Amino acid sequence: MPERQATGREVPFRGGGFAPKPVRWVGLSVFAVLLAAWEIGTRTGWIGNLTLPRLSGVGQVFVDLYDSGLLWQHLLPSLERLAAGAAIGAVAGIGVGVLIGLFSLVRAGLVPLVAAIFPIPKIALLPLFVIWFGIGEGSKYALIAFGTFTPTVVATYGAVDNVDRGLIRMGQSFGLGWFSIVWKIVLPGALPGILSGLRVSLAIAIILLVAAEMLGAEYGIGAYILEAGSLYDLERLFAGVIILSILGVLTSWLIGLAERALLAWRE
Amino acid sequence: MELRIENVGHHYGGGPVLDRISLDVAAGEVLCLVGPSGCGKSTLLRLVGGLEKPAEGRVLTGGDVPEGCLNPISFVFQHFNLLPWRTVSGNVSLVLEGRLGRAARREAIADVLARTGLSDFASALPRQLSGGMRQRVAISRALATRPAVMLLDEPLSALDAQTRELLMEDLVGLWLREPFTAVYVTHNLAEAVRLGHRVAVLSRRPGRVREVVTISTPLGERSAATPEVAEAQAHLWHLIRDEAAAADRTLADA
Repeated sequence: MPERQATGREVPFRGGGFAPKPVRWVGLSVFAVLLAAWEIGTRTGWIGNLTLPRLSGVGQVFVDLYDSGLLWQHLLPSLERLAAGAAIGAVAGIGVGVLIGLFSLVRAGLVPLVAAIFPIPKIALLPLFVIWFGIGEGSKYALIAFGTFTPTVVATYGAVDNVDRGLIRMGQSFGLGWFSIVWKIVLPGALPGILSGLRVSLAIAIILLVAAEMLGAEYGIGAYILEAGSLYDLERLFAGVIILSILGVLTSWLIGLAERALLAWRE
Repeated sequence: MELRIENVGHHYGGGPVLDRISLDVAAGEVLCLVGPSGCGKSTLLRLVGGLEKPAEGRVLTGGDVPEGCLNPISFVFQHFNLLPWRTVSGNVSLVLEGRLGRAARREAIADVLARTGLSDFASALPRQLSGGMRQRVAISRALATRPAVMLLDEPLSALDAQTRELLMEDLVGLWLREPFTAVYVTHNLAEAVRLGHRVAVLSRRPGRVREVVTISTPLGERSAATPEVAEAQAHLWHLIRDEAAAADRTLADA
C-alpha cells in the first residue's frame, strides 16, 4: 500500500455569502448617525439654516403640535381618508384580481384595461374626481382608492396565477366543488402574493393621500405640509414629512403582523 | 368495484401519447403500470381518474361502490399535493368537509390516521414532516374517502430509497388489512413487482400495452428475494430496456 501523506496545501474556502441574514441595530444606528450629523451640522453652522432646519427645531414643532392638539386635528382626518380610500381600493382590487385569475373572459377583457390605467399618474385625475365626487371627502377617497386599486389587481391576479395547479387538480380529484376549491385552495394559496402586493399599494395610498389633501382640505397632513411649504417654514415641512414616514413604517409593520398571523404555515 | 379501460387513445397538440389502451382491473386487484419515461402512463392515470378527457375510447367502472364511499376514485400524487396551510388532520378533513358531520369527520380522521401511524402528528403542518410522512398523509387522505379505486401516480418516486422501502411495506400492510382496487403507476420495477398482482408494460410514446405480466405470489409473501418476484423483475427489465434507452435519447418537443 502506498504511503499516505497529506501534502502541504490546504483547499481554499470559496463558498459562503449570498445569504442575507438579519443584523440587529444597524438600521437604527444608520438613523441615529444621520440624525446626529444633522443636528451637529446645523448647530455648528456647517449646514446653513436655509439648507436644513435644526433637528431640535423640528422636534419642538412636534411638541407644539401635540400640546395645541393640532397633531390629532391633522392626523385623524388623514388616517380616516387613508383607511377608507385604501380599504375601498384594496377590496375592489382583490375582488377584480381574483376574477381575472379565475375567468378567462374577465382576464381577456380587463387585463389590457388595467395595463392602460396603471401608468396614468392618478394625481393628474384629481380635477376629474373633484368634478365627479365634489371637493369634499368623496374625491379624496376616490383618488386614494383608484391609486390602490390597480397595483392590488395586478398583484392579486399574479398571486392567483401562481397557486400550485397540482393542489387544484387534487381538489378536483377528490370531488370538491368549485366554490370549495376557490375558498379553500385558491384564496389561501394566493394570500402571500396578495399581502406583499398590499405593501406596495398602501405606500402608494399614502403618496396619494398627501396629493389629495393638497387640494381643498383644511385639515390633514397634506394640507399641513402644503401650508408649511408655501410659507417656506422648513421646520414644519419636515415635521409633516416625518409623520408620513412614520405612517409608512406603521402600515408596513401592520402588514408584517398580518403576514405573521395568516401565513404562519410558511417558515 | 372493477375498472375497464376500453381502447383509450390520447394526444397532446398533435403528437399521439396513448394508442388504443385496453386494460381491466378486477375488484381488489392492484394493477401496476410501468414504462419508459414519457410513455403516457401518468396521462393514462389522469384519464382513468377523470382529470382529463380521453380523445378516443372510454373508461368504465362496474360493480357497487363500498359502503360509505365518499369519492369512488381517489388519487395519491407523486408530489403529495398537501395544502401547506392545513395541518395533517386538516388535510384529511378537506376531503370530508361537506360530506360528513363534524363528529363523523373527527372519527373518520382519527381512524385513518391510526391506520397509517400518523396519530401523533395530527396537528403538525406539512412543512414539519419528512417526505415519507407527507406521502403517508396523502395516502390517509385518499383512504379517508373510502374509495372504490385508488389511483397512485408514482407515489414513492419523490422519496429516498429507504423511505420508499418502508412505505412499500405500509402499502402492502394496508392492502392486506383491507384490500382495495388500485392502479399504480411507477417507473420503478422493484415497486411494480412487490405491489402489483399484474404489471402492464407500456411501450414508449405513443404508449401501447406490450405485455401484462401476472405475479401469483400473494402480496404478503413477497420480498425482493422471492424467486417469482425476481424473475418477473428481470423479465420486465428485458421488456423495457431498449425502449427506455430509446426514450432517453428523445427530444422533449420533437
